[in-house]
Amino acid sequence: MNNARTNPFNTWAMHGALILYTLIALFPVFVILINSFKTRKAIFREPLALPDAESFSLIGYQTVMKQGDFFLYFQNSMIVTVASLFFVLLFGAMAAFALAEYRFKGNTLMGLYLALGIMIPIRIGTVAILEMMVAGGLVNTLWALILVYTAQGLPLAVFILSEFMRQVSDDLKNAARVDGLSEYAIFFQLVLPLVRPAMATVAVFNMIPIWNDLWFPLILAPAEESKTLTLGSQVFIGQFVTDWNAVLSALSMAILPVLVLYVIFSRQLIRGLTSGAVK
Amino acid sequence: MQRARTRWHIAVFLAPAVLVYTAIMIFPLFNTLRLALYSKVDQERIYVGLDNFRTLFFDPIWSEQFWNALGNNFWFFIVHMLVQNPIGVALAAILSHPRLRFAALYRSAIFIPTILSFVIVGFAWKLILSPIWGIAPSMLDFVGLKSLFAPWLGREEYALTTLALISVWQFVGIPMMLIYAALLSIPEEIIEAGEVDGITGISAFWKIKLPLILPSVGIISILTFVGNFNAFDLIYASQGALAGPDFSTDILGTFMYRTFFGFQLQLGDPHMGSAIASGMFAIILIGVCVYLFGIQTRMRRYQM
Repeated sequence: MNNARTNPFNTWAMHGALILYTLIALFPVFVILINSFKTRKAIFREPLALPDAESFSLIGYQTVMKQGDFFLYFQNSMIVTVASLFFVLLFGAMAAFALAEYRFKGNTLMGLYLALGIMIPIRIGTVAILEMMVAGGLVNTLWALILVYTAQGLPLAVFILSEFMRQVSDDLKNAARVDGLSEYAIFFQLVLPLVRPAMATVAVFNMIPIWNDLWFPLILAPAEESKTLTLGSQVFIGQFVTDWNAVLSALSMAILPVLVLYVIFSRQLIRGLTSGAVK
Repeated sequence: MQRARTRWHIAVFLAPAVLVYTAIMIFPLFNTLRLALYSKVDQERIYVGLDNFRTLFFDPIWSEQFWNALGNNFWFFIVHMLVQNPIGVALAAILSHPRLRFAALYRSAIFIPTILSFVIVGFAWKLILSPIWGIAPSMLDFVGLKSLFAPWLGREEYALTTLALISVWQFVGIPMMLIYAALLSIPEEIIEAGEVDGITGISAFWKIKLPLILPSVGIISILTFVGNFNAFDLIYASQGALAGPDFSTDILGTFMYRTFFGFQLQLGDPHMGSAIASGMFAIILIGVCVYLFGIQTRMRRYQM
């Protein structure tokens, strides 16, 4: 319709800029992945070449499998992430429902209190958290991490979910009350299924920071049996820093699960980010 | 009215979240501020008032490290504001162009670094910039700029800026997405009204769209601020807890970690660590307040 908006030169320039930046964004990941499948010689001789029949090698992966307990780390990360998300969603939705549904004294104040944690990072309190976990005997257990990530995720979860719960129709809930459903039944059977898309958004927002966190695993759960994948790969790479095959393979193995999760959830994540859920 | 009955279900709904949040987040936060006023003498915890802060700010050994970390942290933040946010806005402006093909594909690809952990990002760049491997020098050679190469992460004068740029590379996706969302929410009529007045293309961006998305730019700035003053992982993963070379990449997060957890020969001191944490808390609080009262309230008049 309008010439000014579809100038072919502009279109080319726009694609050029985007392609350039996409290359910058993907290049390091690409270099790590292709070199993890090459022999040590090939890694240094032609770092940018794809692995071929002659340079292909899985030696790095073999070292990683032999030396590091990556399956255990992966399992720990999985347990911590899934359990934390479960508690964030359950507790967050319950509190959000109370704030959105009922009028009671201190409602606004409670909302503000819970919202404090959106801006203040939980890391500031690490010294006291560590002391508490030591006193409670939770150091080097996955529970320490699950508790911390649950507390960390709750403020934003309550904030986003209560916004969505305010939109659930009152008539629906009142009809259920007339039918004799308890408040708990209304929450679990009626409201929760209706806010499922918002729950998914909250889950995706929380998933990546929990999975990638290095600070709390390092301080609260550095023992071999409670290491997460992020901490495990950090320690492994630190030890094998001169074994380039092993380092590149360990990096690739750490990248892959996140990439798979991203491919599965990227639509949800991007929809969440762009729907203004974090405004 | 139901006033007569106590509505227990409200308490039941609120209790788990409030308990966990209070016990693991709010209580330790204040407890950390309190611990900063104590010190350990002969295995016993005694109240020392503001002594720890006096040591932190005025004892030459401590204050030199503290101001170094604080200054580095500000530089880290400034690089993000000057590089990450403008690139994010520019990418979002291009992506939000109507009838641009493959927009979803570009968007997803550019967001990939943001989902990777600091450990991956730190080591991947360390390898790429390593003079031993030689990917960076040979690529610079390809465009005829090999003479510009230096072991950036190993030089005191470049290391911090290099790490800040790596962090920018990683997080550019977040401002891009938020600005993109803000740009899409601008009503088409406003753009069309501008076109009628002859404001199109780049000038439409500067004169119409940018003022309308300023609130989002404000949100991004405060998110960047809080994120940067609480950063730790990238520096630790790529330079270690000593934030080398010679503490030139030390920021408040790594300084606090070393102080309270101990490292190599240095014993951990939870009370000095708490004092540093209190400093970080104060800085973040000031930043958030400046944003809430100084910036956000003033921006409201632009909102549609």
